[in-house]
Amino acid sequence: MNEKAIICKDLTKRFGDFVAVDNISFDVSSGEIFGFLGANGAGKTTAMRMLCGLSYPTSGEAAVAGFNVFTQQESIKKNIGYMSQKFSLYESLTVRENIRFYGGIYGLTNQELKEKGDELIAKLNMGNESKKMVGDLPLGWKQKLAFSVAIIHQPKIVFLDEPTGGVDPVTRRQFWDLIYDAADSGITIFVTTHYMDEAEYCNRISIMVDGRIDALDTPANLKKKYSAETMDEVFYALARGAKRTAD
Amino acid sequence: MKQFMVFVRKEFYHVFRDRRTLLILFGLPVMQILLFGYALTTEIKNAKIIVIDNAKDVNSEQLIAKIRASTYFSIVEGDDMGAAFRKGEIRCAVVFPPGFGNDLLHGNTAQIQIVADASDPNTAKTLTNYLTAIINDYQQSIQPMVTIPYQIQPVLRMLYNPALNGSMNFVPGVIALVLMIICTTLTSVSIVREKENGTMEILLVSPFNPTYVVLAKAVPYLVLSLLDFIIILLLSVFLLDMPVRGSLVLLFMESTLFIISCLSLGLLISSVARSQQIAMLMSMMGMMLPTILFTGFIFPLENMPLPLQLISNLIPSRWFYFIVKAVMLKGLGFGAVWKQTLILAGMTIVLLTISIKTFKTRLS
Repeated sequence: MNEKAIICKDLTKRFGDFVAVDNISFDVSSGEIFGFLGANGAGKTTAMRMLCGLSYPTSGEAAVAGFNVFTQQESIKKNIGYMSQKFSLYESLTVRENIRFYGGIYGLTNQELKEKGDELIAKLNMGNESKKMVGDLPLGWKQKLAFSVAIIHQPKIVFLDEPTGGVDPVTRRQFWDLIYDAADSGITIFVTTHYMDEAEYCNRISIMVDGRIDALDTPANLKKKYSAETMDEVFYALARGAKRTAD
Repeated sequence: MKQFMVFVRKEFYHVFRDRRTLLILFGLPVMQILLFGYALTTEIKNAKIIVIDNAKDVNSEQLIAKIRASTYFSIVEGDDMGAAFRKGEIRCAVVFPPGFGNDLLHGNTAQIQIVADASDPNTAKTLTNYLTAIINDYQQSIQPMVTIPYQIQPVLRMLYNPALNGSMNFVPGVIALVLMIICTTLTSVSIVREKENGTMEILLVSPFNPTYVVLAKAVPYLVLSLLDFIIILLLSVFLLDMPVRGSLVLLFMESTLFIISCLSLGLLISSVARSQQIAMLMSMMGMMLPTILFTGFIFPLENMPLPLQLISNLIPSRWFYFIVKAVMLKGLGFGAVWKQTLILAGMTIVLLTISIKTFKTRLS
């Protein structure tokens, strides 16, 4: 657990005069479930995009899966998975075809695609649906499928950007079971969420306010520190001080 | 390479499962060809006319029979020409004066009045020309002996299209139009759809190179557009009797070049448009009108004012239209179209460079 999946030091992103991400420093251990919290517009997405190799930081340093975000974006991309808040499978493709497509662009062989596909469909209990168009599945199933597809190439780290938005509590619970399974198999989870009950599921969480990380600890320690009963109160105590308005 | 093929296959799934795309892809060319081939034509057939025969003699009867026999006119009954014109029931009227035959045979000059509805000047001119030709024809047939000394006799020869078949002109135009619309619309819409659905983000986070995303998008549409080109070609050869006099290989190469230039245009649109609807509007409406106006297959470019002529130079389809006509109808080789090909290639390179650049800057 000592190996660091993500190391971030004074990472900053400016858009003109606007400092979207302001000198953030943190690190995430391998196999950890790291909750990345913050109000809308606090800079979570920008920070995540830099870590995923989608945009260059203005200054600071960061390494993801041991690769530098400035110089080794391609290597980073090979070692991470990503699931966005928007549902991101192809609705006009079947379950099987989506698996083949996403596995395929990560360079899995046909043999691997077949095995992984079978395994995944069995795990999600989707045997009867594997030939259905993804667009016809209920939202909860889609999200679970999207997550499984995002880790089909066994990445070192998976970034989840509000993965459970609009999903019912039961499905959310099942979704988190999948996350725990993935973490057990050694995949580091980096997750943003607006649900404070989900924050409690994380090993550690950070809370971003106005581009800075104002708090970073285990949920239990944070509650103690802010003498709060729930994460809701912790979040509210911190986010109340925000000067930026949500976008 | 394998990743690339995975992507291309996915793209084909999209096309064949989307009824709207299929309709644009295969419905549009067939519809355009049928429309231009059978419905829209500048020739006039069965124009309604009234004949008022105040002479009622052999000569007027003969002439009326000749008019009746022509496919251009259909004679309607009636004798109030003014009312018929006002109601728009007729296009044209022919009036024989009393004693027409007598004047013709004995007085050396006979007159026929032709009245046309010139609110549509082109039609009026065409109809009166047809009538004049019929009358001249008749005159010659009854006076075969008369030869006028010092006569200039023009000998006409219509090159490349002796039958003056209208489809010769528009088929190359339709090919240009259809390819332009299909390539730009489908590429732009398919890329914008990935953006809208959030799948583009996933693709960009994957190790799949962004330039490959663009290329993998382009390849299926290039193939499908060539398929479209073949369909149009088959339809026009077998349905509309179009000749293909030049090299088929050259025709295909030129079309490929044109398709690539349209694909890059579609790519450019996709980087500006935010939603599928906007992309569709921009490429369908924004491209359709300039293509129809400035390609030259409906409105002759020579007649346009200079600024418009200059603008027309910027429209790729204009050059492609010239090339198709030269190769298909005139049977010319590369030597005759190298200049146009070069212009088209230049445009393609510029468009492609700009669009890949904007695509990349948009990402960062």
